Amino acid sequence: MSKVTRFAARDPGPAARVAGFVGHLRDHGFRLGVAETDTALRALTTVEGADPGQARLALKAVCAGCAEDVIRFDRLFDSYWMADGRVRQKVLPSERTSAPQHVRSSREDHGAEAGTAGSIHAPEAGDGETASEGTGKLVASTARNLMKKDLRELVSAEDIRAAEAVARRLGQALRDRRSRRRRAARKGAQLDLRRTIRASLATGGEPLRLARRRRPDRPVKIVALCDVSGSMTVYARPFLAFLAGLMRADPASDAYLFHTRLVRITEALRDDDPLRALNRITLLADGFGGGSRIGGNLDQFARSYARRFVDGRSVVVILSDGYDTDPPEVLDAALKRLRKRGCRIVWLNPLKGWAGYAPVARGMAAALPHLDLFAAANTLGDLAALETRLGRL
Amino acid sequence: MRNWETLRAQMAETGYIAPDDLAMALYIAMSLGRPLLLEGAAGVGKTEVARVLAQVESCELIRLQCYEGLDAAQAIYEWNYQRQLLAIRAAAEDGETGKAVEARIFSEEYLLERPLLQAIRRPVAPVLLIDEIDRADEEFEAYLLEVLSEFQITVPELGTIQATTRPHVILTSNGTRDLSDALRRRCIYAHVDYPDRTAELAILAARCPGVEAQLARQIVGFVQAIRREDLEKTPGIAEMLDFAAALIGLGVNDLTDDPEVLQATLATLLKTQSDRAAIPPEVAARLAGKAA
Repeated sequence: MSKVTRFAARDPGPAARVAGFVGHLRDHGFRLGVAETDTALRALTTVEGADPGQARLALKAVCAGCAEDVIRFDRLFDSYWMADGRVRQKVLPSERTSAPQHVRSSREDHGAEAGTAGSIHAPEAGDGETASEGTGKLVASTARNLMKKDLRELVSAEDIRAAEAVARRLGQALRDRRSRRRRAARKGAQLDLRRTIRASLATGGEPLRLARRRRPDRPVKIVALCDVSGSMTVYARPFLAFLAGLMRADPASDAYLFHTRLVRITEALRDDDPLRALNRITLLADGFGGGSRIGGNLDQFARSYARRFVDGRSVVVILSDGYDTDPPEVLDAALKRLRKRGCRIVWLNPLKGWAGYAPVARGMAAALPHLDLFAAANTLGDLAALETRLGRL
Repeated sequence: MRNWETLRAQMAETGYIAPDDLAMALYIAMSLGRPLLLEGAAGVGKTEVARVLAQVESCELIRLQCYEGLDAAQAIYEWNYQRQLLAIRAAAEDGETGKAVEARIFSEEYLLERPLLQAIRRPVAPVLLIDEIDRADEEFEAYLLEVLSEFQITVPELGTIQATTRPHVILTSNGTRDLSDALRRRCIYAHVDYPDRTAELAILAARCPGVEAQLARQIVGFVQAIRREDLEKTPGIAEMLDFAAALIGLGVNDLTDDPEVLQATLATLLKTQSDRAAIPPEVAARLAGKAA
């Protein structure tokens, strides 16, 4: 065990040190607010705060919020409080922004955030699986296509209008019928005794008017992730139109593009002018038509956006051909993680429409066990035809 | 004045061997009056924590089992409709007026308390166990947050009911769905894992005092080995205790004695067809041999 950090005398007191520690955890991806600092201090007063073992356990109970945090906590605790007797980092709040560099931030593992330049993470590996397919166009590659493509060449305003209608119909087909809650309704299977009795007071206790309740149909949130890597370029037109239509039809839906990195395009697609919306995406989607990292991107999605935007009432629609440069285990783990949000997952693969297609690409094979629906979709017409199948989900 | 180690010792007296971080989290949750969120695989003894705490505190345990679609009528309160109907009918025969009847049938007398309301109205603070919170839907989670921060419940007909005492709240989750950050931040958190060898031996000794040391070592070693196998349902502590009870009941002194009996008692550990198939007699015998 390394020695306890000796804070310099000019450093502020214990409260500031604990605040510094909470900041240190926050810098490493713990989701902690100001209230947690207060809780941590109060927790320390209930135990022997000067005893490192007890302080560690107490701070762990307060600051860790999930199983992953628990695993990472000890290392972060050591790096702050047990730094060989040295202060690695001033606890003065103004200098807290300089995060210690000797502990790798988990945030950096999951690729760059939207808005920064993407970088190639996967080495050129695992391409043997696709080589056997024969056509050069379908080989997944990690090379970023730096030539910007203008999406307006691909999608017209008419496409978007047609897609809007399709998206609206799909949204209606995807209702959540699993609810066991009931809501007051004029017609319904169950009596609402509470309201019936209240109403019966007016008729001298005779329940003449029966109030009823039923399960409400609740709309689901559609979260669409569209693969725009090189192998998908030919299909990008209907899919992008679909995304644009979906955003306009359903204010609760959410859309992302991915190739070598993941970009949230929801805000851009909600632009009043559909063509200006596409223009904005063109700017966002630099690298369009390049390589595909499905596993890595889905993993990043599951860890970041999904925490906020995906819940038990979401349907995640993945539009991709399944040619992945990441190892299939990554995709498997990512989908498993995503499923934990309680959502349903639909994978629409343009290749599935081909005669004799089998999901042999390793990525696709790894994904299959996690999917609620695996279907073909090449054109807007195909998407529209999915209505009945989605309704059954 | 109690500290976290005495709490752990008190729990041990009732037969619950708590690891350091669990005992500390429980102690802090109780001293700060915050809910405790326990997460971990099924069968590691999360629910048991609440039962033991109620025993240590010698107070009541109120349990709310969550499920998809849990609503206010089952979690908070409901009016006793049958009695209300009878009362209305009786009042009509006595010629009572509407206003008086209404005031009467929407009074405390006709209110059925469900776990959440019960928990905040006890004269002695009870332990409130909200089991498998991950099965309830997001709406309930949000409502629960409100109750856990305000400790008051509003019944439209009666007004706001303030808590007479604050219950010790324990939430458990199996991680079938991620809980909201808001709920996590409100709670003190502890992750409960399968116990290590020493801890499990202590648990077995506490729960089945009659087991001989040699057999106890074999049982724990065997169960620990079986947990490392690739199984659908990893056996928990309750299964281990069942396994021990079955072996004692059959008069087994040594696991390696009779492979057939061992295979038969595996029914207490392996609960699915594919898990049974994954541990054929040879594998079981090999694991038992190693465990000795």
